[in-house]
Amino acid sequence: MIVAGLLSVILSALFLPGIILRTKSIASGRKGPGIFQPYRDIAVLLKKDSVFSKTTGPLFRMAPAVSLATVICASFFIPLSRYGALFSFDGDFIFFSYILASGKFFSIIAALDTGSSFEGMGANREAFFSMLIEPAFFILMSTFIMATGSTSFKEIYENFTVTGNHIVIIFSIIGVLVLLQIALIETSRVPVDDPKTHLELTMIHEVMILDNCGFDKALIHISTYLKMAIYGLLIFNVTVPYNLGIIQQSAFLVLTQVLFAVTIGLVESFRARNKMNKNPKYILTVSAVAWIAFAIILIMTK
Amino acid sequence: MSDETFFISGVFCLSLLIFLVPGQIKYYLSLAILALVVVVTSYLSLNQIFEKTAVQATTELNIFPPDGLKLIIDRLSAFFIIVVNITTLTGLLYAKGYLRPYYKVKNDIHMSVHYFSYLLLYFSMLLVVMLRDGIPFLIFWEIMAVASFLLVIFDAEDRSILKSGIGYLVQMHIGMFFILAAFLIVEKKTGIMSFDGLKNYFAYNPDTFLFLLFFIGFGIKAGFISLHTWLPEAHPAAPSHVSGVMSGVMIKMGIYGIIRVLLYVQDDLLTIGLIVLAVSLFSGLFGVMMAIVQHDIKRLLAYHSIENIGIIGIGIGLGVIGLAVNNQVLAVLGFTGGLLHVLNHSLFKSLLFFSAGSVYQATHTRNIEQLGGLMKRMPWSAALFLTGSLAICGLPPFNGFISEYLIYIGMFKSLPLSDLYISLLLISAIIGLSLIGGLAIFCFTKAFGVTFLGEPRSAKAGEARETGMDMIIPQLIPVLFIVLIGIASTFFVRPLISVISDAFAIAAVPQSISASVSSLNAISLSAGVFVLISAALLFYRYLHLKNKKVVYGPTWGCGYRACTPRQQYTSTSFAYNYLHIAKPLIPTTKVMPEITEEEIFPEKRSFESHSEDVFRKAVADKPVEWMWKMLKKLAVMQTGRIQDYILYAFIFIIIALILTYLKVI
Repeated sequence: MIVAGLLSVILSALFLPGIILRTKSIASGRKGPGIFQPYRDIAVLLKKDSVFSKTTGPLFRMAPAVSLATVICASFFIPLSRYGALFSFDGDFIFFSYILASGKFFSIIAALDTGSSFEGMGANREAFFSMLIEPAFFILMSTFIMATGSTSFKEIYENFTVTGNHIVIIFSIIGVLVLLQIALIETSRVPVDDPKTHLELTMIHEVMILDNCGFDKALIHISTYLKMAIYGLLIFNVTVPYNLGIIQQSAFLVLTQVLFAVTIGLVESFRARNKMNKNPKYILTVSAVAWIAFAIILIMTK
Repeated sequence: MSDETFFISGVFCLSLLIFLVPGQIKYYLSLAILALVVVVTSYLSLNQIFEKTAVQATTELNIFPPDGLKLIIDRLSAFFIIVVNITTLTGLLYAKGYLRPYYKVKNDIHMSVHYFSYLLLYFSMLLVVMLRDGIPFLIFWEIMAVASFLLVIFDAEDRSILKSGIGYLVQMHIGMFFILAAFLIVEKKTGIMSFDGLKNYFAYNPDTFLFLLFFIGFGIKAGFISLHTWLPEAHPAAPSHVSGVMSGVMIKMGIYGIIRVLLYVQDDLLTIGLIVLAVSLFSGLFGVMMAIVQHDIKRLLAYHSIENIGIIGIGIGLGVIGLAVNNQVLAVLGFTGGLLHVLNHSLFKSLLFFSAGSVYQATHTRNIEQLGGLMKRMPWSAALFLTGSLAICGLPPFNGFISEYLIYIGMFKSLPLSDLYISLLLISAIIGLSLIGGLAIFCFTKAFGVTFLGEPRSAKAGEARETGMDMIIPQLIPVLFIVLIGIASTFFVRPLISVISDAFAIAAVPQSISASVSSLNAISLSAGVFVLISAALLFYRYLHLKNKKVVYGPTWGCGYRACTPRQQYTSTSFAYNYLHIAKPLIPTTKVMPEITEEEIFPEKRSFESHSEDVFRKAVADKPVEWMWKMLKKLAVMQTGRIQDYILYAFIFIIIALILTYLKVI
């Protein structure tokens, strides 16, 4: 069952973007497209021919595929509760975080390869904001390591809820909060970014991929959906007790993922996007919240 | 005459021959000598690391016995010898193409001095890690400084280069005086002026003070923050193969010195570890923060060396703290990570300096604001620089990740085991290291993107041509090691653990470390899977696009048809929002004439902005300014009249007489 984690990532990735879309259209009182619209869009993209800028070189062509490869590789590390991950070792979350960073590196330089000032701006913002979010994940993992004494995703989650300690709920709450924020930032959603603004100057991810089309753009979308699913699974793992039966686990999996998607959809429907120069503060707050969790575990255990 | 005496004298005599042979032969002669020494020392070192099973066994060479030099190779020295060998050899191979244009403008003596200094630098680095006695150590430490000074001022026709060279020489001597003072204190207390004397010293005296003297002395060479001011000046001034060697290996001699002293420290380990960790964290962060705002590509790389010295220092500091609290996991993994980063940094930093040198040779500028679009014109150099960038950011599947992983996992594993104080230290190191990682990505996407991607920003960049193959092939040596360490890390980490456990006499390496080492295999596997997935996706992309129509056009310009390369994002604009938050640490001055009210049609005007290094100002510029003022006041005495000078002499004699009379002197 070691593929359980990977399978659930793929399944979540199939439904999450559609659910977000439905939530948004229902919230804004529109009829809206069906739940599989994102994948219909991808199918259209795959049929399209390609236009490339003459300025771009081989790096620009490679980058979407390499970025997707990093996300696929990262999804191998995600466990599903007690069914372990495909790869699991000491400090696998370090590899997880760094391989995702490699993907970002490639998408940033691909944007710079176009020589466009728009995409340069997007590249800059992506580099800047992902730099700021970096510590939050590590502080959160440190907290979990302190709480469980283990150093891999699988073992951390195995020991997470069976410590017999009701205080674990604090870490679940803070974990969900921090992971949700990281997910929003990493998958470029509101309030830090807005996936729907195509001609605003205040965007990050979309402005980086203005010159991508057809096949490459499809890959980029798939990477984003997978990334979202990965964070969804991480959230599932910190909330749902490890020792439930398989039926309950599956039910909770569906429940958490739907809730995750609906939350993103609702945030996007009712919350305004941040002003760009307020974003650094907003992102650093996530680290601060993670830091609170760490302080709690320090006080409790030491 | 013993074999080793004969060998060393022979090599020195052969090196002098460089002055006698003509033109290009100088190069081949120095290459032959270097290769010979590389082979011999590598053999001895590898033998020391892999063959000698006895604990703390050493290889001893006696030169001119019984009173001559005594060279001792233990595993720690052996490791540093190998690091020195790889980069120095690559540097000289690369120099063949890099120096070719200079044969036309430089005379024979000039070239001879250059090659001879290069060899001298190499020999002195080897001897520095092998010598244990104070005086010979200091002599070769000094020769190392002078030889590198001669290498830095290769282009001394340019006065600014001479100026940075002299600044470098002065600072190296300040460093040497600290080391000398430390050795003299040891000699005074124990009667032995050597590293071995430290053992006696530390047994009966407080450790922190003497360690601090050594740390400042060696730290100036290594370039820890606030001792780093020579680095961003000397590296851009030196020719690229020299910057590669200096940044890749010479500054690591400082790290070697610090580790060597640490081997003898017995008490106060926690304080010392804390100092090293704090200074290193700050070096790491401040180094990369300063690197981001640089426009000169070699200065950017120089600041990045400070960052990497910081990462090495974090490893060492954690190792010392691990020893202090008797946490062997932290000790072994910290030191191993630090040492592996010494090797890693020597590889990717020399690679980056070499490929930056190729860019300089092709475009004659180091200002990245004038570059751009070089990937199409210089694909090889671009690929090499990209490899170096990915490795230096610590991204898998390259080598930088492995050393950072070791440091990280040491910290994470120790978190649940430590008390409150140590946990707080660990978490700050974790936050620091992850921030450094993020900042490094920011910095190198900028450096690579602005230099190699987009459209050329000046005619110089537009006319660039790829350098010859003789400059590219040597750079493949570091690339080979970068990839090897990245995907087959256990082969390098296991011997390193033996180096560490041997040096610090950690008899039983804890069980959990072998678990971490075996997870290195899992990392290799994951990295391999990543490469495979990428390859598969790219292949699928190729198949997919074969059946589609592919059209080429201009970059999308939002409907604007007259985009020029000057509208591209530049290095300055890339760093703009970052500078906004970094303001407290990196003050920026802007020079722009105001537009006055009478000026209805504003005239042409220029805008400049400079980011300052606050430490340079506080540590180097301010004291020098102050000294200037003092010396100017003293210059009142310099009247130029002989009568006055006779009067001074007279006053001096009288004072001397009075003092003698009073039995003061």
